[in-house]
Amino acid sequence: MFITRKAEFSASHVCRIPFLDDAENWRLFGPAANPNGHGHNYIVEVTVEGDPDPRTGMVMDLKDLKQILEEEVVTPMDHRFLNYEVPPFDRVIPTAENVAAEIWRRLDSRVERPGAKLAKVRLFETADLYVDVTRGSGSL
Amino acid sequence: MMSVTRRYRFSASHRLHLRDLSEAENEQLYGKCNNPFGHGHDYVLDVTAQGTADPVTGQIAMRHELDRLVREQILHAFEHRNINLDVKQFENSVPTTENIVLVIADLLKEHWSAYISGPARLSRIHIQETDRNGFEVLIPSAQEEMEQKKDPELAEVHG
Repeated sequence: MFITRKAEFSASHVCRIPFLDDAENWRLFGPAANPNGHGHNYIVEVTVEGDPDPRTGMVMDLKDLKQILEEEVVTPMDHRFLNYEVPPFDRVIPTAENVAAEIWRRLDSRVERPGAKLAKVRLFETADLYVDVTRGSGSL
Repeated sequence: MMSVTRRYRFSASHRLHLRDLSEAENEQLYGKCNNPFGHGHDYVLDVTAQGTADPVTGQIAMRHELDRLVREQILHAFEHRNINLDVKQFENSVPTTENIVLVIADLLKEHWSAYISGPARLSRIHIQETDRNGFEVLIPSAQEEMEQKKDPELAEVHG
């Protein structure tokens, strides 16, 4: 069984490759390359897989999941400029892919418990762009 | 495993009708969707690319490449069209959203490598016809296809 909890954070970022010039960055990233940055209302949906505990009837206590999301994602990322304030985005471009992968890394071990494990992180950067990270072969 | 999904929208009209059935049979089969004048939807199209984030660009597939592929090969054909009359793939087939998803999947597969520069592959197409009706096809990877061939029962279930 899968259970999903949603959280939101608003943050600014810029997508630029430092060793490329403005024109080349614009070609690759479009307006997201604006050096001064821009922002999104990110939505993260975290899905945990497991069997409901026979006594509590829960796969995982959603209060715990809410707390973990708060500590690992919302508190460090909400109302921040990702490139300047949230490692590793001082050296990794905070594309939706890289932010989703970082959220997966932060949550994976914290969510894991007997009978439940992280199954999917879906990160919406906008209503029209989202990234899924799931367990499976291949690196993130 | 990672994927990136880009969402697009197009508005189009269609009519569900089979020429070899009578008016009454069509009416019974398709109901309101058989209205002779057609009707329209605001379709929402999700195109998913699977792969790994490129170490330099941080992206599985470049947005501008995906956007140009979908704009030129899909939206140009479907946006503000009458699908029965304006889209050649539906000259002889009925534009249910099932069939629209399959036509779009074929077009994206055909043109993918001409537009998408990296190793990402097309893995999923989802169309929301209305808020209440969703349609999805998954495109198996080469490895998944091989596994299905080895296990025909699995192919039957997931095929």
